[in-house]
Parts: sequence; structure tokens; C-alpha cells
Amino acid sequence: MPSTGREKATWGVINVVVILAALIPVLWIISLSFKDPSTIADGNFFPSKWSTENYSGIFQTSEFTDALRNSIGIALITTVIAVTVACMAAYAIARLNFPGKVLILTAALAVAMFPPISIVGPLFNIWREVGLYDTWPGLIIPYLSFSLPLAIYTLSAFFREIPWELEQAAQVDGATPFQAFRKVIVPLAAPGVFTTAILVFIFAWNDFLFAISLTSTNAARTVPAALSAFPGESQFTQPIGSVAAAAVIVTVPIIIMVLIFQRRIVAGLTAGAVKG
Amino acid sequence: MAEIALEDITKRYPDGFEAVKHKDLDVADSEFIILVGPSGCGKSTALRMIAGLEDITDGELKIGGEVVNDRAPKDRDIAMVFQNYALYPHMTVGENMGFALKLAHVDKQEIAQKVSEAAKTLDLTQHLDRKPANLSGGQRQRVAMGRAIVRDPKAFLMDEPLSNLDAKLRVQMRTEVSRIQKRLGTTTVYVTHDQTEAMTLGDRVAVMRSGELQQVGKPQELYEHPKNIFVAGFIGSPAMNFMPVKVEGTNIVTPIGDVPLSDEQRRALEGDGTGDLIAGIRPEDFEDAALVADQRDRGITFNARIDVLESMGAEFYAYFSVEAQETVSSQELQELAEDAGTADVPSAGEAGQVVARLEPASKAAEGQEAELWLDTSKVHLFDASNGQRLGG
Repeated sequence: MPSTGREKATWGVINVVVILAALIPVLWIISLSFKDPSTIADGNFFPSKWSTENYSGIFQTSEFTDALRNSIGIALITTVIAVTVACMAAYAIARLNFPGKVLILTAALAVAMFPPISIVGPLFNIWREVGLYDTWPGLIIPYLSFSLPLAIYTLSAFFREIPWELEQAAQVDGATPFQAFRKVIVPLAAPGVFTTAILVFIFAWNDFLFAISLTSTNAARTVPAALSAFPGESQFTQPIGSVAAAAVIVTVPIIIMVLIFQRRIVAGLTAGAVKG
Repeated sequence: MAEIALEDITKRYPDGFEAVKHKDLDVADSEFIILVGPSGCGKSTALRMIAGLEDITDGELKIGGEVVNDRAPKDRDIAMVFQNYALYPHMTVGENMGFALKLAHVDKQEIAQKVSEAAKTLDLTQHLDRKPANLSGGQRQRVAMGRAIVRDPKAFLMDEPLSNLDAKLRVQMRTEVSRIQKRLGTTTVYVTHDQTEAMTLGDRVAVMRSGELQQVGKPQELYEHPKNIFVAGFIGSPAMNFMPVKVEGTNIVTPIGDVPLSDEQRRALEGDGTGDLIAGIRPEDFEDAALVADQRDRGITFNARIDVLESMGAEFYAYFSVEAQETVSSQELQELAEDAGTADVPSAGEAGQVVARLEPASKAAEGQEAELWLDTSKVHLFDASNGQRLGG
């Protein structure tokens, strides 16, 4: 912990540098998105002429609105499935003793670290054969196979923190094992569940590799992939303004989610469960 | 309300360890029974088997006359108070107390009424809307009790419910628990490692040691007639003094003088000859010789140098050393010594510490010789080889 004024100043400077390094590109994109198309390449950091033309422009193209719909749908479905399944799996791993428990966790971690690029090629071929190419399930399935292991791993750590007595108390109080899970364990694991949900959502929302490789039309193309295929106003203009505006828009849901759930993540609901 | 019967109950873990061995125990309807013993003696395991949180390997468990071995905890109609209270942190005090009733689909109004009644008994009315995190330790403990009593179950099971409270609150809650149990008349099994709680709370006390039941009886019975050296050393505070002795003629030769054998002790000794013997003397069976003029001849007097004198206000604890002449070891006492740091038998040539409880009128002083008196009729005699008590 910083104790002297000198140390505090040093840390302050380091913090400012890190925050600037992280935020300048974001601010730049925001600035670009508000620039009038005619001044887009003027090199000023702040727009000399403010305009919302880029925003109104992209919402008139079905490329963007369809992609937004696809992104929201696919990311939400992935999150719901991954969190539900991972909750149950993680609970079993945290509570039960069965052979191969460590192996499952290790395997989960290994799968989560597996390089996605190595399965894109085969998936492309398989999906075209079985008809999943350019469909929602075609993206949801690979997203699940990468996010589930991570979700199981995170959630089992959270479940392990919950005192087992609480569940036993619920059982003695007359709850079935499932009621004890749903009414006592899940609410207590809420911070963990939200954290996991956010991680999975962000993973699915941000993915570019699968989105660009396994889709081809507006039927399933998500925003990151759609951005790369944005048409300009005419054949000869760069769609920089539109891309910037779209990038800002897809960042908004993530920021909102983190802001909403931040308090719940930090809240540490288990406080006071047992003697503190 | 119901009686609980443990018949030849055994708990064996997959690795072969037996936590509870062939335990038989009958708890009568509305009885308050205490399971007590040092840590690891299987008392909590026994309680958890009654609750259904632990499988029963062998034997039968009956609650209210029905065998419940294979019933889930929720179907046994028992309430449990956990050592760390296990309150649901995401629910308010009221919701915590009403959770069981809600699960049982009791009418909302009835729940509210029962919860407020219980809250009144436990002085929790003004806290009903607070979360457990905002309560003090004593309040949490009362919520845990409240959660049990709103249900009006067949039995209460309590697993060291007071051990997380500070000393003063513990004494206060002890009487509270006792009062509530008397009023509700609910059969209660209470686990503790604290012998004071055991002595003060229960109708009967069951002492356990490494999975085996040692003795079951009224607190006073256990105190006055401990069946073996383990019970003798465990019950009582300060603990019983032990010293190796041998028998010569009709006397027990102890480091502090010869004590005549009682008739029962003599009869018990005739049976199995003379093995290693250990005498046990409660601290209160000593007294300052100056204060017992009228009954001096009922016992023996001896001189001892008082090493430490603790004044408790209403009584003095005088510590002095005796030198043992024999070497006798007792496994039971070693276990007790490891667990509580109390009771130990000195070996030959070694000085053993003895504590005597004296009236505050005593003139005994630290570092000085004092003449002490011992009530010889109260000396307990144990067979060192198996720890059994000799004579009545």
C-alpha cells in the first residue's frame, strides 16, 4: 500500500498513463463517429464540425440493424444456455465427490485455452455439410464449446465458497435438493453467476473469428463481422464514419451491463451467512 | 414431539474409519439430552445421522417409533441449529424463520403469525426486517433458534449452538435455551464439547469417546459415580485429580497418605487381584484442615506446599505438587490431556499437580505450607488397565 506522498504520486502517474493508453483509442473512435463525413480525414482529435449523420446513416442500412439483432440474439442465447448448464455442472463439481472430478476441471480449462483458429476450418466444412452454415445455432454451438468450460471453472470456484451448512439447513428445513439449490445456493452465488454471465456475453459479443468464418449473409452475421463488410456511401468512399459509429454502438451494451451488475458483483452477498 | 431411539448405530466411512460405533441411545419424549465428548468423539456425526445429513452404515434410527434410516432430512420433521448458525444471508430475519413453513406451503398469514410469535419469545421483533449480516452474534444465534422453533418439529437437534458466542453471552443464552426447551417441551439432542453446558443444560448427559458411548445418566450421577476414568476426568471443572496408587492391606497408599478402602472397592479388588490402580479425587473433596475440626476423623490430613492460589471470590483453588511412587499410564487420560490439557497422571518420581478447592475463609497462602484435609469417603478408584471404576 502506498504510504508516503512520493509513492502516492508515483502510483498516480502510473494510473493516469495506463488509463490514457486504454481510453485514447476509445475517445478517438467516439470523436470519429461524430465527425461530419467531409472532415473525417482532417486529422483533428476533436471534431471541428459535429454531426450525428453517421449514426442515423447506419440505422438506415439493414446490414447494421440485422447484425445488431443477430449479435444480441446470439450472445443472449449463448449466455443463458452456458450459465444454466454451467451452474448445474459447477454445483455438482463443488458438492459431490466422484471419480474424475479433477480431470473434468482440468479438461475444461484445457478446452477454454484451446486456440479457436484451429477448429474454424473443420467447422466451416462440417457446418456446410449439416446445414448450420450461416445460421444462429452455427455460431451459438462453437461459442458454447469455448464459454462453457470457462463458465464451469469460474462458477465452481464461487460455489465452493458457499458454506455447505446453508444447504444442509435448507434440507433440514424441508427443501428438496433442487429447492435448496434454487432458493439458497443460486441466490447466494448470484455475484458469481452475474460475473460468469458477463464474461460469456462479452466473449460471444466480441467474437470476430467465428463470426467472419461461419456466416455469409445478414441471416446470422454479427456486428463485428458486419463492420468489416460495411459498404461506403458510394463505391469510392471509405465507410470510416459509419464503422466508428457502429463500433461505439456495440460497445454501449457492454458498458451498460458492467455498470448495472458491478454493484452485485462487488456486493459479496455471502457476508453474514456464518459467524463473521 | 417424539422420542428418538438409536439402536446399534454405526457410522463407517469408506476408508474404514468408524466415527460412531454400535451406539444405543433412547431419548424420551420431551427430554433434553446432551451428547458430550472431546473433539472427534463422533458426537456431531451421531447428531448428523439423526438429522439425515449423514448416512447410517448399520443399525436403526427411530423417530417417534418409525424407522427413518432411509428418509431424507426434509421428511424427518426435525429442526437443526448449526454451530455457525447457517442463516440464509439473502433473506431477512423474518424470511429466515419462515422459510421452512413457506416450503411446507403454509398459509402466508399463519407464517407471519408464527414468526411474530417466535420473534416475541426471542426478543427479535424489531429485527424481523433486517438481514443476518447486520445482526450481532447473539442475535444471529437467536434467529437460528427461532428458525427451529417456528416449525414446532418432532425434535430439535443442536450442534454446539453456543460455541461461537463470547463467554458472557454464552451463559445468558444457555439459560435461554434451557427455558425455551422447558416451555416447548420438544425433544432435544444437544451436542457440545463443553462439560459445563452438558452439566447445566441436560436432563441426561451422554459422554462419548472415540465413537463409543461411555456413560449416559443424569448430570449429578455422572459427576458422583463416573463409570470410568474418562468420564471422571471429562466431567467437572476443575478436573478430577488423578494419582497412581497401590493397595496395601485395607488401605490405598496414595502420595498424600493412606486412605482406607471402602467395602465396595475391597469387594471389586478381590475379584481381579491387584493391577495398576489410579485414584481420583475431586478438588472439592479437599478442604483446609483448620476449617473442618468437627469432621477431621472422617478423612486424613496432610501438609502441602501451596504453589499457586487462585481466588475465585466464592472459593479458592489451591495448587500443590505430590510426588508419585508408582508409574501407571492410562490411555483414556492421555486422550483427555491431549484434548483439554487437563487430567494427567504423574509417573514415579515425578511431581504431579493437584488442585484443591478451599473455602475462602482458608488462611492458606501461596508459597507456604498448609494443612489440608481429604474426605476419604469420596476417593474414586480406577483400574488403570481398562479405566473402569472399582467399587460404587
